[in-house]
Amino acid sequence: MESSTAWLNPTWAFALPIAASFPLGWLMARLLDVPTNRAGKGIDAIPMFVCRLIGKKTPEAMSWKQYAYAMLAFNAALFVIAFGLLYFQQSLPLNPDDKGSLATLGYKDAAGLAHDGADTAVIFNTVCSFVTNTNLQHYSGEQNLSYFSQIGSIVWLMFVTPAAGLCVMLATLRGLRGDRDLGDFYVDLMRSLIFVLLPLALVLAVALVGLGVPMTFGPATKAITLDGAATKVETQAIARGPVAALVAIKQVGTNGGGYFGPNSTHPFENPTPWSGLLELASIPLLPMASIIMAGYLLRDRKHSLVIFGVMLTLLLVGCVIAILAEVQPSAATLGLPVHSGPNMEGKEVRFGPVASATWAAITTATSNGSVNSMHDSLNPIAGMVPMVLMMLNVVFSGIGAGFENMLMYIIVAVFIAGLMVGRTPEYLGKKVESKEVKLAMLALLIHPLVICGGAAIFAATSWKAFVANPGAHGFSEILYEFTSAAANNGSGFEGLADNNPAWNIATGIVLLLGRFPALIFPLAVAGSLATKKRVPQTTGTLRTDNLTFAGMLLGTVILVGALSFMPAVVLGPVADQLTSPAKP
Amino acid sequence: MIRESLRALAACLITFGLCAVAYPATVWILAQVVFPDQAEGSLIKNQEREVIGSALIAQPFASDRYFQPRPSAVDYNASAAGGSNLGTHNPDLANKIAKRAEALSASPEVVAPIDLVTASGSGLDPHITPEAATYQANRVATARNLPIERVRQLIERNTDRSAAVIGAPPRINVLKLNIDLDDEKPLSKSVVAEVR
Repeated sequence: MESSTAWLNPTWAFALPIAASFPLGWLMARLLDVPTNRAGKGIDAIPMFVCRLIGKKTPEAMSWKQYAYAMLAFNAALFVIAFGLLYFQQSLPLNPDDKGSLATLGYKDAAGLAHDGADTAVIFNTVCSFVTNTNLQHYSGEQNLSYFSQIGSIVWLMFVTPAAGLCVMLATLRGLRGDRDLGDFYVDLMRSLIFVLLPLALVLAVALVGLGVPMTFGPATKAITLDGAATKVETQAIARGPVAALVAIKQVGTNGGGYFGPNSTHPFENPTPWSGLLELASIPLLPMASIIMAGYLLRDRKHSLVIFGVMLTLLLVGCVIAILAEVQPSAATLGLPVHSGPNMEGKEVRFGPVASATWAAITTATSNGSVNSMHDSLNPIAGMVPMVLMMLNVVFSGIGAGFENMLMYIIVAVFIAGLMVGRTPEYLGKKVESKEVKLAMLALLIHPLVICGGAAIFAATSWKAFVANPGAHGFSEILYEFTSAAANNGSGFEGLADNNPAWNIATGIVLLLGRFPALIFPLAVAGSLATKKRVPQTTGTLRTDNLTFAGMLLGTVILVGALSFMPAVVLGPVADQLTSPAKP
Repeated sequence: MIRESLRALAACLITFGLCAVAYPATVWILAQVVFPDQAEGSLIKNQEREVIGSALIAQPFASDRYFQPRPSAVDYNASAAGGSNLGTHNPDLANKIAKRAEALSASPEVVAPIDLVTASGSGLDPHITPEAATYQANRVATARNLPIERVRQLIERNTDRSAAVIGAPPRINVLKLNIDLDDEKPLSKSVVAEVR
């Protein structure tokens, strides 16, 4: 069952994006951080031409507040338009399979009663989910969305939301290096789209079609089955559509929302081991490259390598634990006359347990959230790894968003280091004072508050009736859902029947709280540091570019993470692991 | 306020044009020109040009004459794919696995292959492991009156060992193997017609 070369998959999955992230990070720094006097020159003429179309002839010099305001205004517009497009999908074109309105999906309430009427909460949840670059899906793509919604609403948001995250990161970096002018949000947005996301997605999409991912606007096809008489299934309706275009940007843009319900587990989204590796390597590519890019923008490459190293260490450890746990037999097979192989429930033969566990770790660390196996059926410890990586939320994490989160941990780490030696903490030559530390603590506290608070409320009320599995695993489903929403990840323990107003509204709010404070607080910190005078470096200055600081940062992340989440993790996956297996 | 809103709306329009019109259109044109078969879903057609399945999607098989694919939590519904989402400690899962092992007449001496007793993630996994194919070989050979060696040869011919360099397990496409079996014995086509 386990092939002897299975370990090659994680090897490639790490080697490829790491190797590619260095040149890509350099290129991104060159193309995205253009000095104002060179804007529109050479290849930069393309994004500046597009900016002219929205009435911008030259980049503005924005303060952090103006930048944040522009970003929020753009996101608000996205929200309104995407809501409208989804609400009226039945009246819009490109709907060959006659999908009805998302608002009439219907749902079951906590008592198990079916409601079929209007449920706009699912649209609210979907829009929150895609505007925040999360892609938590309470609908099922091939069943509920028209081709227009998949391409018009979903793919569009899959491009612009990671781009917006990258923009905020660019502005933050400019502030940290001392620029008063944090750049122009719309110019950064167009550059990110035109130079980074569109070309990468285009290449990946065409490669995926070559490997078997459909790209058609034809309706679902009816196949006459070979064994129809015996199986009572005479025809099989095979849903298809413009899948490749969506899957490509889903993977490179840390989006993760699948075209089909089971995401990249579905053979049409991920048909071969080659497409599996290609999609897997695409997940951490831009999160990694953006950290390398930060080194060029800050003119402190060693510091960015320290951050990169801390993130990579956490990811490697998580990945190894997940693989080791997942090649063990499932507790459900103990004592039965079946091959004592790895846990294959919810997995596909073409990937196997090792590639599936690797994917589970990488997709949750990087805030992507696409899956190539069903996380709900993972062995408990393998299911714990994705949860923990999302709780930490700094292991590369989203494009831009990962650095923003890590910046908050850096501020706390230098603050603690400052307390230890009794000096005013400094970061990149600027004094870190109470305002920055307060903002950082606030940003770090929202995350455990919405996860643990949300999980506690739902586990203690009748809303817990929506879980699909008994005992500790049921609590894990609730905890995973809130963690995934707060970390803007989007994967799930999908047994949870989450398409009902209570879950749609609660996670919708958590999604917004997980996204915008996490982008704006770091930007505010950078804006505040930018205005401060640079203090001269002395022998007493805490260096942020060596192994000592790497250890300090790693310790801070693990300590804060453990203090916030240990009890919840013990009640969920750890208790699940310790439960004795059920006997049939 | 108004200026900022108008600019945001204009940016939405422009990015929509780039990302939701120009990009998918480019992918679609390239896909249809360079890889037309894959773009349409890798459909398999019979001699009458009717679609009999997709090379990538599992199809249900129940007769003894056919190799069976992995269990599906969604009954091989290719318009509503999904897994079981059962946790490893859920008694339902242990029950299901026990029932499937029984249906495969597994015993402590002859254990069932793990992939034949567990539901795939998509419910549409087109592959089984070589072990799972070998396990079914006798049944298929007897039902079809074929020599067991011939069935083993067909299994071997359909075993895909590509991509081992990136850690891919060996695998067998069930639909293709069954089509090969049908081609093997022209008689079986008339049987199909008879049953229909």
